[in-house]
Amino acid sequence: MYKEICVKYAPNKDNLIYILHEIQDAHPQHYISAEAVHEISEYLKLPENHIYGVLTFYSMYSTTPRGKNIIRLCESPPCYIKGSANILRKLKSILDVSVGDTTKDGKFTLELCACLGVCGNAPVMMINDDVYGDLSEEKVEDIIDKIRGRN
Amino acid sequence: MKYYRSHVLIGISETSLAAGVESFVKALRAQLSKAGLSDEINLLETGPLGFFGKGICLTVYPDNVNYENLKETDIPVLVEEHLLKGRPVASLMLESAGKFSPKFNYASRIVLRNSGIIDPESIDDYIGTGGYEAWEKALTKMQPKDIIEEVKESGLRGRGGAGFPAGIKWGFTAPLQAEQKYVVVNADEGEPGTFKDRLIMEGDPHQLLEGLMICARAVGATKTYIYIRGEYKLCIMRLQKAIDDCRNYGIIGTNIFESGFDLDIEIKIGAGAYVCGEETAMIESLEGNRGHPRSKPPFPGIKGLWQAPTVVNNVETLANVPFIIKQGAQEYKKYGTPQCTGTKVYTILGDVAYPGLCEVDMGTTLRTIISEYAGGMQKGFKFKAALVGGAAGVFLPEKLLDVKMDLVSLNQYSAVLGSGAILVMNEHQSIVDMLWSILRFFRHESCGQCAPCKNGTQQLYRLITKIKKGEGTMEDVDLMQIIAETMLETSFCALGQSPIMAIRSAIENFRDEFIAITQK
Repeated sequence: MYKEICVKYAPNKDNLIYILHEIQDAHPQHYISAEAVHEISEYLKLPENHIYGVLTFYSMYSTTPRGKNIIRLCESPPCYIKGSANILRKLKSILDVSVGDTTKDGKFTLELCACLGVCGNAPVMMINDDVYGDLSEEKVEDIIDKIRGRN
Repeated sequence: MKYYRSHVLIGISETSLAAGVESFVKALRAQLSKAGLSDEINLLETGPLGFFGKGICLTVYPDNVNYENLKETDIPVLVEEHLLKGRPVASLMLESAGKFSPKFNYASRIVLRNSGIIDPESIDDYIGTGGYEAWEKALTKMQPKDIIEEVKESGLRGRGGAGFPAGIKWGFTAPLQAEQKYVVVNADEGEPGTFKDRLIMEGDPHQLLEGLMICARAVGATKTYIYIRGEYKLCIMRLQKAIDDCRNYGIIGTNIFESGFDLDIEIKIGAGAYVCGEETAMIESLEGNRGHPRSKPPFPGIKGLWQAPTVVNNVETLANVPFIIKQGAQEYKKYGTPQCTGTKVYTILGDVAYPGLCEVDMGTTLRTIISEYAGGMQKGFKFKAALVGGAAGVFLPEKLLDVKMDLVSLNQYSAVLGSGAILVMNEHQSIVDMLWSILRFFRHESCGQCAPCKNGTQQLYRLITKIKKGEGTMEDVDLMQIIAETMLETSFCALGQSPIMAIRSAIENFRDEFIAITQK
């Protein structure tokens, strides 16, 4: 099944990053499985260890299954002085997970990330492709409730 | 061209998107059509507007009235009162208006001249403001060496942090004989607190493309890449549209303007690694590898992407180039200081009244930037320090508020301009806590290739955590400085060489705070 995505790109090493992006986006659990790595390795004629090397270097990729919605809370200094630590505490408590883990219902994975470049609205988090800014503990609760209701 | 009575400019950026601008625009259009104003009022979705405002902002021309923090519930009154009857709604107007400098944030506009004025998704708008005239001039009337001379003469320095003169950089690559040369735009903006490049690309993507084209022509590169962060979805979309439009208009492609010059531009998306902002790490990433910096020399200008000569420039650097080519180096030198010409885009954050961005002359003091362009400190708070240049920057205390902000003047205080991020802290913020956040960032972002950085960032984090908890001693504080100095001397790339900046400036300027916390 991963072959279909691979063949959209020329079999060159420099396309590895884009193939990884697309395979991860297409997977319902937003991760890159061992089978995927194997198929990419055959397609690009690259050793699997090179692919794992790249995969584990960049923070946007995951080698373990993740939730339907990925929460990425910014922990850089500009968000930190605006209280991102409180937001993190709140998220951990309402989701009942620690950083890097997925909720039991498989709906959310909580991650930390470096600056998202939306510092004017610090503290900030991204859920999937959407940015949520000027976060407060109440606002976070609302956002999570809304997403829970949607899916 | 259709005539409109009034133009409503609405800022579409990550900031306003986060505030729900998309559904706001839909509702506003519906209300305009309901009021029968669709033919009279032109609603233009543009980039970040030229003022500090919160949430959803818009400007109404010709009245030049700015509104901020709008909600969908404000739409009926806005349309009824202002757009129909011509009476601006004072209660919704920008709170800052009239309170401080009416110039808002653009004292000098080169890089952001179109931002918030034109539709960034329209190539015709860009051409209508004189866009691509510099490209045509560079391609049909100038030789590559003339372009490089002009850029050298202008004194333009790299805006990514190091401040290397752009013309000299291009001059290394231009004379080399090679089958293929490349230009790579560094749009992997990752320095915490920095988002100037995002605003440039969101507000005026064509200006960056034009600068890139001129650079490519100057050094003889026919393939160019824009390496951009994966998180910058709106920038990626707008840049891709801009590139497609250029291709359709014959502004890039083969035999452009019958000059015999071919050029292609491609967007490459990063995958989240701060170190990829380092030019050789970026090249490694482009080749499909882990983003480990390479040993220099050879510099990328000689051996870069796939061992070919490669010029890597920051977004803001290239966005200055069209002005230099079109108006000339002499005109450009009227901005800034003699040693450091042009303007600088800053992002100002933290405890100021109006966080946001500004473009000012190089050499403008930090005091002026904070008081005039950010509305001063947040009400009721006093200035304590500003972290200038992001995590790789320095803490400037109050006594240095009047230092000119340019590459040369800041050097005297072993400070750097860096990426242009200014994070302002009030008297209640703790320097130790802030330094902890910075050192945690470095620990996370160290690529792990060289031992001084890999181990050093871990040790620094361990020490600052101990100090923060009140369990540290002054020996620990001094040890941090010794470790960071060792890292400066022995690390492979700028990442490991950076923590010393924040550590030294924090300890030198706020030693009392470290003494207090270690004696608790």
